[in-house]
Amino acid sequence: MPEEITPEVFNHLVELAALELAPEEAAYLRRELNHQLAAIHILEQIPLEARIEPAARGVPYPPEVSAPLREDVHLPYPNVAALLAQAPEMDDDQFVVPEIPHEELE
Amino acid sequence: MNLHELPAHVIARRVQSGELSALEVTNAALAHIEKVDGASGQLDYETTGPPDYAIHAFITVTAERARAQARAVDAKLAAGKDPGPLAGIPFTVKDIFCVEGTPTTAASRILANFTAPYTATPVARLEAAGGVMLGKVNLDEFTYGSSNESSAFQPATRNPWDTSRVPGGSSGGSAAAVAAFEGALSLGTDTAGSIRQPASFCGVVGMKPTYGRVSRYGLIAFGSSLDCPGPLARNVTDAAMMLNVIAGADPRDATAATVHVPDYTARLHEGVRGLRIGLSPEYFRVTFFDAATGELHERALPEEIRAATLRAAELLAQAGAEIIEDVPMPHTKYGIPAYFVISRVEAASNLHRFDGVKYGHRTKAAVGDLREMYRKSRAEAFGGQPKLRILMGMYVSAAQYSEQYYNRALRVRSLIRRDFEEAFDPAGRKRLHALLTPATPSTAFPIGDVFGDSVLMQYSDQLNVPANHAGNPGVSLPAGFDADGLPIGIQLLGPDFSEGTLLRVGRAYELATEADAWRREKSVSVA
Repeated sequence: MPEEITPEVFNHLVELAALELAPEEAAYLRRELNHQLAAIHILEQIPLEARIEPAARGVPYPPEVSAPLREDVHLPYPNVAALLAQAPEMDDDQFVVPEIPHEELE
Repeated sequence: MNLHELPAHVIARRVQSGELSALEVTNAALAHIEKVDGASGQLDYETTGPPDYAIHAFITVTAERARAQARAVDAKLAAGKDPGPLAGIPFTVKDIFCVEGTPTTAASRILANFTAPYTATPVARLEAAGGVMLGKVNLDEFTYGSSNESSAFQPATRNPWDTSRVPGGSSGGSAAAVAAFEGALSLGTDTAGSIRQPASFCGVVGMKPTYGRVSRYGLIAFGSSLDCPGPLARNVTDAAMMLNVIAGADPRDATAATVHVPDYTARLHEGVRGLRIGLSPEYFRVTFFDAATGELHERALPEEIRAATLRAAELLAQAGAEIIEDVPMPHTKYGIPAYFVISRVEAASNLHRFDGVKYGHRTKAAVGDLREMYRKSRAEAFGGQPKLRILMGMYVSAAQYSEQYYNRALRVRSLIRRDFEEAFDPAGRKRLHALLTPATPSTAFPIGDVFGDSVLMQYSDQLNVPANHAGNPGVSLPAGFDADGLPIGIQLLGPDFSEGTLLRVGRAYELATEADAWRREKSVSVA
């Protein structure tokens, strides 16, 4: 079986996914990706007539069983401090992050 | 019978009548956990000792919280108030649900330091109904697996019937806890069989309700078009009681359907007379993928599993059901390949939020900029399965490939759904009320046998995943043991929102097998 995910494609994916991998881990993950893709290709055996639409989910949600839209009102969260307490680094109520990559505009 | 072995419905009745206090029941459960569970799951666990034959179901035991809840139930009763339908029933929660003030880890290093600021709706409903949460139980990391082995919190859960085997997954901690009498009920989730497969491996009842039947508010998301919270219990009545409480609309979850919630216990004893129950040849074949050739191979189902399923059909026929054979479910074998695409796209999307900024793990390494912080934090704290799913999800949804992969998989899902619609169509040829199938293609496999082979592991869910694509409800039921003494499971699948019928069929099967010797077996941990 030809490898669909070559080292070049794989490295591009790793970059997009915001990951870094040790060589051994990368080799394992790339092998498994190729095995999974080979399994996915089985789907091409199925004749798909044009009228077969993609299904975003299995169960239909007709209006009578769908949750009604909520009133468009602001509901303050009761315990903002508990949410912010989870952050790795804060300065008052601001999240602190390292330098954000950017280009100076002329 | 020991207190910790009492079924949930018996506990509730005795607590409500004052025969037992909720605190007694809770203390008995906690003492039993202490005895059988061994070390709780933890990061960087190392041991050089021999296997300890413990279950290791828990990541966090919340003993004091449980006692406080039990006392509150007892106080309500003392004040003449109704403590709720689940009064004093000890339960566990898969550690993928937020519970306020408790560590909520998803069995991942990236959330190891996370304390949930609020409580998931199904957990809140269980507690409001008088249930007593004993703690949070282990799972595959982010639910990504079928054996529990991928948890970052080791030791991973063992199968209570044979601790050299996996409990299944991803709700392996839930299934093992219930099987080993560590709580009467557990709240799990099922995205491709993650309730039904471990329930089957551990010899307990596990129900995946219809997509939208149970709110997902407070559930850490995996596959948003597939995830369903649901009950694990030691018997059908207990599962029905639990579903009564957790099902129903929720203003905090727009995918929670507003369909009326019936009393799922009310009709359990009505039997199966007049019900049409189907058997499909596609569920009696096991497919395995050969990565070397790129071909799917079919194998016969293990004989003991086939025989247990056919015996269930016979017993249900004797109880008055009409058995309909040769129900075509032709797209069953495409369930796993389609799932490899759809679930990965959704997982990758849902995992983008873990970036070390607002919560969770942030690298301690020196970093040059924000992007490097993202990369290092995610690299250090995601295990192999989340990384694999992110990479696959990004590949198959990339602009140049999404038509070939993602869109095709979504169209195949329509075909899988159509199989179910045709089988259950009240005006159709088969007009089924339920489809009876084996729950799994094998019984519990040895620890280490499959882990690492991500394709083979995924195929462990092949008889469960079609119902997740289709959204239909399913329940797996214990159906005896194989020659190795491992539990065998059968599965019932039904039309949308037919949980009541499935539970009723399950109860009829329980009654028909009540006198079987295997019904009196208890898992090794309590021998």
